[in-house]
Amino acid sequence: MRPFKYTKASNPVNAVQTVAANKNSRFLAGGTNILDLMKEDVERPDELVDVTRLNLTQIKTVSDGVNKGGVSIGGLGKNTDAANHPLIRQNFPLLTQAILAGASQQIRNMATNGGNLNQRTRCSYFYDVAMPCNKREPGTGCGALEGINRMHAVFGWSNDCVAVHPSDMCVALVALDAVVKVQGTDGAERSIPFIDYHRLPGNTPQKDNNLNQGELITAIEIPKNNFSDKSYYLKVRDRASYAFALISVAAALEMDGNKIKQARVAMGGVAHKPWRATEAEKFLTGKEATEANFKQAAEMEMKQAKPLEYNKFKVELGKRAIARALMQAMNGGTV
Amino acid sequence: MEDGSKELKLTDDEQELLNELLDDSAKLSETGESRRQFLRNVSAASAAILATQMLAEQKITAYTPTENVSGASYAIENGVKVVMKVNGAEKSLNVDSRMTLLDALRERLELTGSKKGCDHGQCGACTVIIEGRRVLSCLTLAATCEGKEVTTIEGLAKGDALHPMQAAFVKHDGFQCGYCTPGQICSAVALLSEAKNGEASYVTADVRAKARAIQLSDDEIRERMSGNICRCGAYPNIVDAIKEVHTGKDVAQTWQFAGDNNAAIFEKAAKNEEGA
Repeated sequence: MRPFKYTKASNPVNAVQTVAANKNSRFLAGGTNILDLMKEDVERPDELVDVTRLNLTQIKTVSDGVNKGGVSIGGLGKNTDAANHPLIRQNFPLLTQAILAGASQQIRNMATNGGNLNQRTRCSYFYDVAMPCNKREPGTGCGALEGINRMHAVFGWSNDCVAVHPSDMCVALVALDAVVKVQGTDGAERSIPFIDYHRLPGNTPQKDNNLNQGELITAIEIPKNNFSDKSYYLKVRDRASYAFALISVAAALEMDGNKIKQARVAMGGVAHKPWRATEAEKFLTGKEATEANFKQAAEMEMKQAKPLEYNKFKVELGKRAIARALMQAMNGGTV
Repeated sequence: MEDGSKELKLTDDEQELLNELLDDSAKLSETGESRRQFLRNVSAASAAILATQMLAEQKITAYTPTENVSGASYAIENGVKVVMKVNGAEKSLNVDSRMTLLDALRERLELTGSKKGCDHGQCGACTVIIEGRRVLSCLTLAATCEGKEVTTIEGLAKGDALHPMQAAFVKHDGFQCGYCTPGQICSAVALLSEAKNGEASYVTADVRAKARAIQLSDDEIRERMSGNICRCGAYPNIVDAIKEVHTGKDVAQTWQFAGDNNAAIFEKAAKNEEGA
């Protein structure tokens, strides 16, 4: 690992100023991703600003603003605490399941909520500094585009990057229309709708999200909803636990009698950002919650998929995963 | 390591051989050794080698690092002073900002129980408990541990009395090579309190249910231990060991030697395969 200066931030404003002033500095929160990347020489910061002791860990009901009645989770709270908080377990079990589907207990005990959003892709070409990668080193090309791309994107990729976002938590958050609260570099707080937080690669894959250098996630707000008794997070992976998703699906339904009033479907492991399956959602609105309709919705969503050489299986897998997640959600979301 | 002053202990046999060796060396001037005497000398020499080795071990184990550990003999860049509590004892270190907690434990505090497996947070061998929670020491910077309470595998036993989880791992043969074991045990110890607090897992039937102490199924134990990889594949025995401590009830071995009945089943299956 390259040498770096270590400083402890005393408050959010000071933390933001420090990192904004030095483009080679990074925040250090849980450390589960950045330290790994530093050991691999993928990340090479000359300064780490430790924000773990900032008081941004609370989980509470939102008392004002557009998300009033929803829940706010602190950007520097731990994933384990978010997953297990009664406000989350009872109101947003989808989020609890998604968080618990990711990583291991040890890592969830360390990783923060904000850090989960900002974790980088696990694309093996990004991790291997001997390989070309536009995300790591813009202009060097994409090793995965015509390489071993079994784990890569089927939606929204570009010739410059076919990597996927690795988070499970974010798949639930995009389905739940969360909002990311950010401490800006000008001292003011700004809000970013979750769907706009992460980016598609286009020709700037080095930018994973729309944060500016130095901006700090203070909280994530989840608006109130009526999905809590019909939601499910399904994760399909190479082994039963502790592996990144081949495909994951966050599914949530709100019923009006026997018709679907509102459906939310989002996918992980398929794109450079948590993928909101809007085609499936549109199709399901007003329909009956039958397996045939779920399959049809899945068919429509996956019709837009553009698989690469080694991930063609994700198209069929995606269809089945969407249908199964919706069925599980309809059945109450229990395992 | 707890008692550097303890006497070297030899078994009765070893003591007798040593005495004979001393006797014999007094008679070294005598010539014409019998075969019996020759063999006796050889055995005594072996015992002497054994004794030397034990003396050396005693010397090593008696060594407790008492010098000010903050003074390292190598260059430290971007030094950070850290005071933390490790297994109940306050430790003061001046660490390179790059130093992980794992390296600080192993290289500076001489606590080599925590293992460096992958060093990338993928295997769990470095698992330690910080403030009651299991974490990966390979992805924790020592510099961030100021004021923290760290428990490693060395801190679980009370003197010679093993922690119940350690005893259960021994009883159920929850390891083969043993390299992942300290991490497995630290992880399992923390798992017990997570279950007690009613924390959910991905295989918990209904996460909306109010958190209360959970009785973990085998599937729950497997899911919750998935961050600890065992390359020898001692998983079934690890699950048994954890279950025994978790439930407080003896867990019987679940495997058995194949009997006549099983043999007949295998034979039939083999025949069917041939026919297919």
